[in-house]
Amino acid sequence: MSDRFPSPFEIETPPGAEGWEELYPYYMVFSADRREYEDSMFWFQDGIHWPAALTPWDATFFEYALAALSQYNTRHYLIPPALGVDARILNGYAYLSPVGVADPAEIEARVPHFLERAGYYFGNWDRLYAQWMEKMRVLIGEMEAVSFDPLPEKEEIEVVTEGHGTGSGLTLISSYHRLIDLALKLWQYHFEFLNLGYAAYLDYFGFCKQAFPNIPDLSIAKMVAGVEVDLFRPDEELKGLARAAVELGVDKAFNLAGDAEAVLAELRGSPAGQQWLERFESVKHPWFNFSSGSGFYHTDRIWIEHLSIPFGFIGNYVAKLNAGESIDRPVEEVRAERERIVAEYRELLGSDEDRAAFAGKLGLARTVFPYVENHNFYVEHWSHSVLWRKMRDLGRVLAKEGFLADADDVFFLKRNEIPDAIYDSYIAWAVGVGPRGTAYWPREIERRKGILGALAQWSPPKALGKPPEVVTEPFTIMLWGITSESVTAWLGGGTGESGGLSGFAASPGVAEGPARVIFSAEQIGEIEQGDILVAPLTAPSWAPIFGKIGATVTDIGGMMSHAAIVCREYGLPAVTGTAFGTRQIKTGQRIRVDGSAGTVTVLEG
Amino acid sequence: MHFVVPFDEYRPELRPQVGGKNASLGEMTAAGLPVPPGFAITTTAFTAHFGDPDLSRDLKALLTEADPGRPETVEPVSQAVRARVEAAPLNAELTAALSAAYDRLCERCQADDIAVAVRSSATCEDAPDASFAGEHDSFLWIRGAADITHHVVRCWSSLWTARAICYRATTGYAGAAVAMSVGVQKMVRPIASGVAFTLNPSNGDRSQVAIDANWGLGEPVVSGEVTPDHYLVDKVLYEITERRVSHKTVELRVEGDGIRRVELDGDRAHGPCLSDEEITAVARLARQAERHYGCPQDIEWALDSELVSPENVVLLQSRPETVWSSRARPPVATSTNVMDSIVSTLCAPIYTRAQPAT
Repeated sequence: MSDRFPSPFEIETPPGAEGWEELYPYYMVFSADRREYEDSMFWFQDGIHWPAALTPWDATFFEYALAALSQYNTRHYLIPPALGVDARILNGYAYLSPVGVADPAEIEARVPHFLERAGYYFGNWDRLYAQWMEKMRVLIGEMEAVSFDPLPEKEEIEVVTEGHGTGSGLTLISSYHRLIDLALKLWQYHFEFLNLGYAAYLDYFGFCKQAFPNIPDLSIAKMVAGVEVDLFRPDEELKGLARAAVELGVDKAFNLAGDAEAVLAELRGSPAGQQWLERFESVKHPWFNFSSGSGFYHTDRIWIEHLSIPFGFIGNYVAKLNAGESIDRPVEEVRAERERIVAEYRELLGSDEDRAAFAGKLGLARTVFPYVENHNFYVEHWSHSVLWRKMRDLGRVLAKEGFLADADDVFFLKRNEIPDAIYDSYIAWAVGVGPRGTAYWPREIERRKGILGALAQWSPPKALGKPPEVVTEPFTIMLWGITSESVTAWLGGGTGESGGLSGFAASPGVAEGPARVIFSAEQIGEIEQGDILVAPLTAPSWAPIFGKIGATVTDIGGMMSHAAIVCREYGLPAVTGTAFGTRQIKTGQRIRVDGSAGTVTVLEG
Repeated sequence: MHFVVPFDEYRPELRPQVGGKNASLGEMTAAGLPVPPGFAITTTAFTAHFGDPDLSRDLKALLTEADPGRPETVEPVSQAVRARVEAAPLNAELTAALSAAYDRLCERCQADDIAVAVRSSATCEDAPDASFAGEHDSFLWIRGAADITHHVVRCWSSLWTARAICYRATTGYAGAAVAMSVGVQKMVRPIASGVAFTLNPSNGDRSQVAIDANWGLGEPVVSGEVTPDHYLVDKVLYEITERRVSHKTVELRVEGDGIRRVELDGDRAHGPCLSDEEITAVARLARQAERHYGCPQDIEWALDSELVSPENVVLLQSRPETVWSSRARPPVATSTNVMDSIVSTLCAPIYTRAQPAT
């Protein structure tokens, strides 16, 4: 077993991907200029959010997210021991490196500032969170208001008669700048509460672990988990629509669910169907602005744009209802169970002082947790849906100009190349001649697609560089599940003596069944009743298939990863963060998943 | 008037009639603590039996021969009395009640002639010591109603051992009416058994039940002769939080009506002796005992091959845990200020990863 991971400088470019560095900003790639620093650090691949190679524009959210996370740690709240999380792209894949504060005196000096700043947020959480919700609504409205229109043959007469003094070229460039500034603002909002939410949760978590060293992580999570959570609203809305379809007698329409247009046509054909469609219209915004992936890729399919996805899920629920099965969530039971768990652990504590401290920490954790659970819907799903839509609008404008073969090709330009392309189009339009982009971009995009095709075939190493003595950065542990142990397991190749896999005991229970290895949301249709889902990760929007499968195994994810939250919510045995699940398990093999022990065993096949 | 009281029909007002040991088994059963099933022969049955005028007269006559001042006179009297007691026919009503209770026990165990233990159960608990009621005999591996009846009578007759006769005479209880209840309890034929603590003995964690288990009888676990399988189970979620399957070298196996020592190898030595369901059932049992007694418990349990799941996990003994319970528990909360606590946590976070079995 090696004592370190490969250096980022030893990683070779896959054949056919030469020149990949040009697809990303110069500051996002490893370079000789910072080699000494970069070689001294530990880098892990963030497969939770970015499991696939990034197209040039899709790297935008990666950059924005890591900048925003970092700025709150480093500059806003002065988290005493933690600076930001550094980010690089290698062969198209996202790598992260948590940066600590090395000097104990510096940590000490940051403490009073943290107390003042974080203390203010904790002390005014509900008010500030309500304000956040309002800010998000305004922001999404602003994003929706951005529009991209083709440059006109001639400016409208009002531009002259009202004395605008500016033209459509400026509007087009400004709109793009506005959109990406709103996107950066979105990511600043994303981390306004999240780091503090994790800090409060970790404190409560640490208390529980100290009081009860063997307490399952699951118990700790269950005591704070919300009962009604916005992230699960889309699934609840699907169930409501399925019930409405049965009640209105239009459920047969969903036999056609593979063809969304046919479903819509069928429904439009009857008054009851129209009534159902009214209800559908009333809930689809915002709840079906829901990505079938992590929300970080332009290729992730969004329900509202691919109605066959929600219609398919509604069809499954309709079938269950017609078979006499209940699809209701026993909300009262879930609530009662949560309170039972709290009451029993509280009773097991040794003193009233500890019970008071427990109540305080649990109370704060529950105060912050709605943000931890809900922000994902507002940012990665709803807001990103709007941003992808707007970018496609721009893509259509550029495609119309002949710069792109297809609107989606816009994502093969870097964020900061797009103003240039718009400018190229604008200046040619202004002069009244042809732009260079019509020749330049289609050729360049073809080249980039070739490179990305080669990068897609490449498997990124889990980690690079020098393993840390001990992982202490709280967000790295909480969100990415990177611990000293997981790092050691990666060095050893992930297999224990038994040849099985291990990971987080993310959701309890034991299940056996045939494995179904799924790499993307497009393959969801392959899943059959009783299969055990093995995937790099799962997205919240996969929830409706959880009624079909026996258990879940993921390569990546910590206790607070979205996948872990969803698996617990749906009571599905799950082992997350196995690192090698999709590589070691083959579809059809019988496997045993122990979601309580965090182990996966291949039984036969 | 009850001659026979099954443990699961025990009520507190029956305590004087069934004696301390049977009452305790009845209380545990009522509290949901599944001791091996059985029934009590009450003092009412005893009184009815010895109310027979012939028997009563004969005993009185025989006992006058004994002079406690001359111990050599007591032993022959004892033998004669006991022979007379054991020769007396049992009244029909008791025979029928005992037979019916035994049939029900067999039915519950889905067997024709389940083996039981027959033991006396003292009824004079305020007596200065238990010798008052004679030497308490225990008879193991008794099968069939007739043989049980015979051994119930042998328990009764133990009231007239030489020692008991002397004891009663010298302590002034000679004239007191003696009476005895007898317990009939299913012998456990364990697949596996062991001990359990309602805390983790290695760190004092009160949220866990620690279980040690081996095949067969529990003695090798208690004595430390084998390294048992070891499990931790969370008391609140009943999740198995740690499992360590050991190489188990030996088993005390019940075969026929005897015990055989068996060296283990292969799967039996290396495989787990409990299923996950059985592990959590033992944990629930331990937790029930802890709730019943109101403090951490150290229990002995067995998985009985002759009972049907979920009744097959039985409690053999429960006593207070003493090691961690006698220590002061250090406070967990180090600061009343939540912000200070958050700073400490951030500077030294605890890993969130599940601890692997060690």
